[in-house]
Amino acid sequence: MTDLARPPATTPARTHPPTRVRAGRLGAGVAVGVLAAAVAACLLAPLLWPLDQSAVDLARTRLAPSPDHLAGTDDLGRDVALRSLYGLRVSLLVGAVAAGVATVVGGLVGAVAGTLGGRLDRALMRVVDTVAALPHLLLGIFVVAMLRPGLGAVIASIGLTHWLSTARIVRSELLSLRTRPFVDAAISGGASRTRVLTRHLLPHVLPRLALATTLMVPHAVWHETALSFLGLGLPPHLASIGNMINDGQRSLLTGAWWASIVPGLLLVAVTLALAVLTGRWRDRLDPRVRAELHL
Amino acid sequence: MTAATAGRRRLAGAGAVVRRRLLVAVPVLAATSMGMFALGAASPIDPAQQYAGAAVFTTSEENLAQIRANWGVDDPLPVQYARWIGNLLRGDLGWSTSRHEPVTSVLAARAGWTLLLVGTALALVLVASVLLGTLAAYRRGGWFDRALRAAAYAVQSMPVFWIGLAAIAVFALALGWLPAGGLTDITATGTDPADVARHLVLPVTVLAISQAPWFVLFVRDAVAESLRDDHVLAARARGLPGRTVLFGHALRTALLPFLTLVGAHLPELVGGAVLVETVFSLPGLGAVTVAAALGADFPLLAATTLATAVVVLAANLATDLAYAAADPRVRLDD
Repeated sequence: MTDLARPPATTPARTHPPTRVRAGRLGAGVAVGVLAAAVAACLLAPLLWPLDQSAVDLARTRLAPSPDHLAGTDDLGRDVALRSLYGLRVSLLVGAVAAGVATVVGGLVGAVAGTLGGRLDRALMRVVDTVAALPHLLLGIFVVAMLRPGLGAVIASIGLTHWLSTARIVRSELLSLRTRPFVDAAISGGASRTRVLTRHLLPHVLPRLALATTLMVPHAVWHETALSFLGLGLPPHLASIGNMINDGQRSLLTGAWWASIVPGLLLVAVTLALAVLTGRWRDRLDPRVRAELHL
Repeated sequence: MTAATAGRRRLAGAGAVVRRRLLVAVPVLAATSMGMFALGAASPIDPAQQYAGAAVFTTSEENLAQIRANWGVDDPLPVQYARWIGNLLRGDLGWSTSRHEPVTSVLAARAGWTLLLVGTALALVLVASVLLGTLAAYRRGGWFDRALRAAAYAVQSMPVFWIGLAAIAVFALALGWLPAGGLTDITATGTDPADVARHLVLPVTVLAISQAPWFVLFVRDAVAESLRDDHVLAARARGLPGRTVLFGHALRTALLPFLTLVGAHLPELVGGAVLVETVFSLPGLGAVTVAAALGADFPLLAATTLATAVVVLAANLATDLAYAAADPRVRLDD
């Protein structure tokens, strides 16, 4: 460790870049493969699999994984692999919609703060800082509890807790754009505030906004999964990954680990692949903002 | 200028900062509580029916109306809000409708276990992430660095309750090394510290592992960055041993921003604790919160959420002050 003839901090990084680049490409390739397989499986499963995902069969409960049931059956005799695919579909759909809602809320707040500036800007950013200091999950639980658990409540809960980073991104982006010469040119050309905002500023913010939304999807999915796991999310009959892990908890103590571990594994694989790909997109868009975008 | 006067000068602004932060925190907390109250008022649940429970089917409409009148739930909203806040400020947190006891006694009985879980996990994650992150930064690009980063990214996408269930499946059920849940053995009559410690090993480790990625990656990047700093190069040029340079120079400068990260990640840690407590059936605030949410128990939910917010805001303020105290370059005049 005390070998100073070869400064360890820089040398390995300099001799290894080819491996790292290859590793990065490999990671992205695997991620694309995982996502493509998951999407294909979600879309094709209903056509190719001659089983009903919600068919209860009390004679075949808690069967271990076998060629008939690739991931075994749960405590009601439902096929875990098939139900996981349906659950993934529900979770991703809810996650995407909720991420969209959060982006709209955050985008509006950020746009108001960034364009109007002044006192309103400071006040809004204080609100953002404070909501960031509240535990997301507790706030989410509170929202769901007051609205009664259900699809709408879950989406509202995610939307109300996940808009902060988008608001920050949009605001700082607008603040830096406002000082650019083309904005001055547009204003001196007689463009109205709305026109400057919609025709000149917004197109520059859109790529960043799209990226922020995509980065948000895994977080939204995790939030939904956590709520559903607690029994506060989607209605129990709807197969979502969180509901399945919650159901599987009952079988865990009798040794049927697959009922909750398999759906979770699928979720981890897909969200990890999503995170890897959006991470590469982010690095390509602007390598300098890495720290800022850590949600 | 002695170190003492320098320190005093640096912290001269501390009182003003605390005052200014409170000036902001109070209206913000008021707004938060107002928002929560509005949401509670918009909720479709009738507190009187909820109080009556299953007896609602046999309770007469007059009795329900009497309960409503006693509680003043038909008063105008601002009146109700003022009454609620007034009670909160006097230390009366209300009556928990899901547990049928005062909210204060629920908090008093439960908060300690949650603090123990969160505190131990935080200590564990700090020590582990500083060690692992520094090692990874020292040989960055090497196999350990790459493996650690890959593991961190993987763990980041694992829900904490899923890690918990997997840990139960492996360490409690398959191997039988540790208990699967609870705080004490079911045969135990009191809380024997050794028994409690054995029951807390899995929950604390699971919570720490789930929170570790951010901290490990942060330490790794910060140390890697500061290994390139001038003072580190200078120390190396003076011929100091590598270990001294790494821990004495590079790590020390890298650790300062770490304090801010700890403050910013406390809310995550609390959320994780709620889930971990549910998985391992620990008698902390998490399980109570979930039960309260299922029963739409507004007083208890509002109290736990607001109390957590106050604790987290106070901890953030403390980290900022500690940061200023530790770093001579930071001045406390905002």
